[in-house]
Amino acid sequence: MEFFRIHKTIPFMRHALVLNIISFATFALALFFLFHRGLHLSVEFTGGTVMEVAYEQSADIGKVREAVTKLGYPEVQVQNYGTSRDVQIRLPTQKGMSSDQQSAQVMQALKSVDPSATQRGIEVVGPQVGDELTSNGIKALAMVVIGIMIYLAFRFEWKFALSTVLANLHDVVIILGFFAFFQWEFSLAVLAAVLAVLGYSVNESVVIFDRVRENFRRYRKMTTTEVIDNAITSTISRTIITHGSTQLVVLSMFFFGGPTLHYFALALTIGICFGIYSSCFVAAAIAMWLGVKREDLIKGPPVKRDGDSGGDDPNAGAVV
Amino acid sequence: MNRYPVWKYTIIVIVLLVGLIYALPNFFGEAPAVQVSAAKTTVKVDAATQTRVEEALKAAGLTPDLVTLDAGSLRARFTTTDDQLKARDVVQRALVPDASDPPYTVALNLLSRSPKWLTSLHAFPMYLGLDLRGGVDFLLQVDMKGAIDKKAESFASDLRTTFRDKSIRGTQVSRNGQTVEVTFRDAASLETAKRLIVDQFPDLSTTDTQDGTNWRLTATIKPEAARRLQDAALKQNITTLHNRINELGVAEPVIQQQGLDRIVVQLPGVQDTAKAKEILGRTATLEMRMVDESAEGRAAELSGAPVPFGSEKFLDRGGRPVIVKKQVLVTGENLTDAQPGFDQQSNQPKVDLTMDAKGGRIMRDVSRENYKKRMAMLIFEKGKGEVLTAPSINGELGNRFQVSGSMTVAEASDLALLLRAGSLAAPMEIIQERTIGPTLGADNIEKGFKSVMYGFLAIMVFMCAYYALFGLFSSIALAVNLMLLVAILSMLQATLTLPGIAAMALAIGVAIDSNVLINERVREELRNGASPQAAIHAGYDRAWGTILDSNVTTLIAGIALLAFGSGPVRGFAVVHCIGIVTSMFSAVFFSRGLVNFWYGQKKKLKSVSIGTVWRPKTDGTAVVDTK
Repeated sequence: MEFFRIHKTIPFMRHALVLNIISFATFALALFFLFHRGLHLSVEFTGGTVMEVAYEQSADIGKVREAVTKLGYPEVQVQNYGTSRDVQIRLPTQKGMSSDQQSAQVMQALKSVDPSATQRGIEVVGPQVGDELTSNGIKALAMVVIGIMIYLAFRFEWKFALSTVLANLHDVVIILGFFAFFQWEFSLAVLAAVLAVLGYSVNESVVIFDRVRENFRRYRKMTTTEVIDNAITSTISRTIITHGSTQLVVLSMFFFGGPTLHYFALALTIGICFGIYSSCFVAAAIAMWLGVKREDLIKGPPVKRDGDSGGDDPNAGAVV
Repeated sequence: MNRYPVWKYTIIVIVLLVGLIYALPNFFGEAPAVQVSAAKTTVKVDAATQTRVEEALKAAGLTPDLVTLDAGSLRARFTTTDDQLKARDVVQRALVPDASDPPYTVALNLLSRSPKWLTSLHAFPMYLGLDLRGGVDFLLQVDMKGAIDKKAESFASDLRTTFRDKSIRGTQVSRNGQTVEVTFRDAASLETAKRLIVDQFPDLSTTDTQDGTNWRLTATIKPEAARRLQDAALKQNITTLHNRINELGVAEPVIQQQGLDRIVVQLPGVQDTAKAKEILGRTATLEMRMVDESAEGRAAELSGAPVPFGSEKFLDRGGRPVIVKKQVLVTGENLTDAQPGFDQQSNQPKVDLTMDAKGGRIMRDVSRENYKKRMAMLIFEKGKGEVLTAPSINGELGNRFQVSGSMTVAEASDLALLLRAGSLAAPMEIIQERTIGPTLGADNIEKGFKSVMYGFLAIMVFMCAYYALFGLFSSIALAVNLMLLVAILSMLQATLTLPGIAAMALAIGVAIDSNVLINERVREELRNGASPQAAIHAGYDRAWGTILDSNVTTLIAGIALLAFGSGPVRGFAVVHCIGIVTSMFSAVFFSRGLVNFWYGQKKKLKSVSIGTVWRPKTDGTAVVDTK
């Protein structure tokens, strides 16, 4: 089996401008939704109480909401959780009432409507935890970005490091944009997925840049654009296959993992799809705009021999 | 060129064997068990308890599969839940004669069904997190400011006493937040006071100012002392929580420090949040009282005569009655520290007690009046008092004194612990709580397991279809990766949570990346006309650099998550990071081993089973080579 029967190099960079404009537009749109709508943060960030209640028959969300609203909670979210028999109720923290009293009161109200209601789980978060999570999340993001930049600048060159990180941050913002647009719940698990995607999709850019360096060394007459086109073309089958196989597992989580892993898998899916796009079309293009040259990557005197430069070349990168 | 030396195969075999052994306990499932642990801080579970339990079970005609004894708890495993329930009642009757005052907690638990030889190799199954087994999870915030305020207050009263003792007149000592302010009438006394503080209070640093006729000295707790204090406060709170939770009869509670001022408490299997909270919030108090040594008191102590008026009867740790006066001399509030040590003269174990200024003054007065009489130290928990020790006073006591004589080293450290546990060092509040019902936990395990299994199967089918034999090798390597991951998590006794299972699934996806890299590279070498053996060699060699690069970047993200994440994110990050490391072994070193083993011996290898190698021809037509 071979999915990719590519006869010649595909001129990706010819469309670089258009692709970059598309990326920029998506990016701007994501930012707009992020600021305009904001993220629908989970209770871990905002503080409050989340109760999971199970019924014997399909639960009537409307009735549940009515029962809870009657208790004097103005902004209460009631939604199905996993199956139609499970309901998740999210309550804001209420002054002068402990979480126990709160949940007991709600359960009583629910039981009076339908006696089969049973509490499956409850989670209470104080407000001080949320602020800390947000700041830790930002710190973690900063550490990933800086760490990857340093590593790539050391392994390749700063122009590659910068374009890789820009391309992948673009992915992150787009994932967040999706979450803002659809108002999907942004939980700690989603945050973990976002950061994992950041580390994972950098791989693609690394593979492509490895090949770019190799090509610069091998085909001494090619222009920068041709070198980049050739590198992307020859790695595209690998990019799609690896991402596709990772996506298989993510889909398995999406379908079988239940509600807790639902948004986690969703964030990974968006991240993986845009990861392919951005590492093929965005990262290399940015590097091109930044003016990557043969001399940036191949230091020291030019190698006489065509092809392999031998094992003692300190810049000998990996090839795929 | 594609041959591994024997030592490389040996490494592979050893790693596989070790991995298999440590991953194995996870597959045996769990069996019902009865767990006995100490319900009181004064009771210990040891070999003697084991004998008692075994005898009780034997008398009832029950034979446990396995009885284990480890750090403070005894577990007996049974085949059926019926036996487990019967055994619980039997053990309960044997060990707990009085239900209102249980010395032991007898709880139902689940124990791994793995055979004895695995357990003796310290191969245990992974520890399941609360989201997988159900239970209550609390996050407690320790009020460090409160702890330091309290300490500043005790410094203030110490200073007051010291100044009075040294006849520094006309001073006024007051606490202002976390600093202590002292005003003097003249410069000379300020100087004396400063010297005194340097000498006797190494934890305080001072600054002095003069305004008008007043000399003012501000003493602050040094930052390193404050840090030590916070650390000690947190540790002591954790110890106290341990003691309290033991009473709750939870099989395997987790009590851990998180960050500088937080404590995580996880109580698997507990559903009653209210009761758990009540127990966490309870305070044990320490009291010191004189022993009633009147004739009536002695009679009551020795022969069970009626307790005289104004006294009470308490039992000591050995169950002997002690008649104690009702008047309380000092409470745990005045005790600042208790540490075990050795008496330099008699070389016997002792416990050093440190009282604050008020406590020290009372001790001095009491000891002068009651020379050679006995003083009892009692601990009250759940409204029930118990005499920890009742030594006789052998001299004038002060701020610091010691309890010594007829103690073993272990007893001394126990006593110090119990004295310290008398009160929480710093107030705590619950800032987060989570209850997960047992059915939700079981659901989560099933869903997590399904997503890993189906994800794995899907990848395996795809790899075998796309890369033929090389795909099979990759799939085997992937299975090995999963096994090693489980083995390492079990070895570390890491807690597996649902996000951890998600990370496992993701690890499969990331690990297969390396194999795709290798397989694609081998195909490309073949496409360029390399001989099969050379293609395998070059494919593995050249893919290695890229695999390393991509794994390092993924690892950077994993470490960031580990460093800044808490709770579920941490659970994810641990598995994610370990998964990346194991994938380097399985996807590169191990899969190469398989390939070398299969193809390495064949000198005249004509073709490799790696699926379709498709060659574009220069004239545009293609040749498809399917071998």
